[in-house]
Amino acid sequence: MAKIQINGRKTTIKLNSSIFDILKKYKVNEKKVAVELNGVIIVKNNYKKKKIKENDRIEIVQFIGGG
Amino acid sequence: MEEVNLKKDIFKIDNTILKSRLIVGTGKYKSFNETANAVKASGADMVTVAVRRVNIIDKKKPLLMDYLNPKKIKYLPNTAGCFNSNDALRTLRLAREIGGWKMVKLEILGDKKTLYPDMIETIKSTKTLVKEGFKVLVYCTDDPLHAKKLEDIGASAIMPLAAPIGSGLGIYNKLNISLIIKNSKVPVIIDAGLGTASDASIAMELGCQGVLVNSAIALAKNPILMAEAFKNAVISGRQSYLSGRMKINTYGIASSPKTGLIS
Repeated sequence: MAKIQINGRKTTIKLNSSIFDILKKYKVNEKKVAVELNGVIIVKNNYKKKKIKENDRIEIVQFIGGG
Repeated sequence: MEEVNLKKDIFKIDNTILKSRLIVGTGKYKSFNETANAVKASGADMVTVAVRRVNIIDKKKPLLMDYLNPKKIKYLPNTAGCFNSNDALRTLRLAREIGGWKMVKLEILGDKKTLYPDMIETIKSTKTLVKEGFKVLVYCTDDPLHAKKLEDIGASAIMPLAAPIGSGLGIYNKLNISLIIKNSKVPVIIDAGLGTASDASIAMELGCQGVLVNSAIALAKNPILMAEAFKNAVISGRQSYLSGRMKINTYGIASSPKTGLIS
């Protein structure tokens, strides 16, 4: 298992998980979000390729109501 | 008499043609359902949206996109809540990644109490975003010099405040807004501070190309009806502007003939 942070929350995931696996785990539709890994935006085509390491920080964002 | 064909009166920002000169915000509504109904009643085909973290704990939380289809209504991602250039750039790069949006609203605040824009950070970010291919609609102060500067560095639209965000005060400095309009070749859209529908008419009569409203609709007792009122006010104000108003006279001038009076 690897200790990581998703949207500011500490959690653990299986070793060698990809961004794709994480979005699937949290039931997030990849078409409606953007993902940042350690401050770098990951393009949608790389979600399966990008593996998560210990201490990684992930941000998953979406659109909400705003002015 | 000069003919004004309203069908040929096109509202264009960069290469995007909008049917409505009213752009609405999607914040502060009681529910997404109410948001969707208000947007529909407003007739707007562009809405501002904010970028925030996904709630990963509550998997059943409703999404804005399920109520407002971005294929039918153009999303204008904003940087609300950003107080510096780095946060604003990060937010808009993420917004672009969500779904390819290039047209964005830049808003960098400088003070938590007045929510007044920080023009130094705003100008810095506009330059970077333009270089990266964004079409930037820039929220700014009602200072004609800063507005001109934004146009010179490539802003797609200038969005001066009428009054502080969410204040509902209406247009506080009509003179400055007029000066900005006169100096500008890109659309000038009033953003922030309007309180009621007549404020939008005034903005349009001054010659603004469009109006952006959120709180005045969302916080009305009946937001759906107020959305429709704003729709009509913007159309009415635009028609009034295009009509060319009468001259102002100091003294009374009778409307009825002075001849043939009963003696």
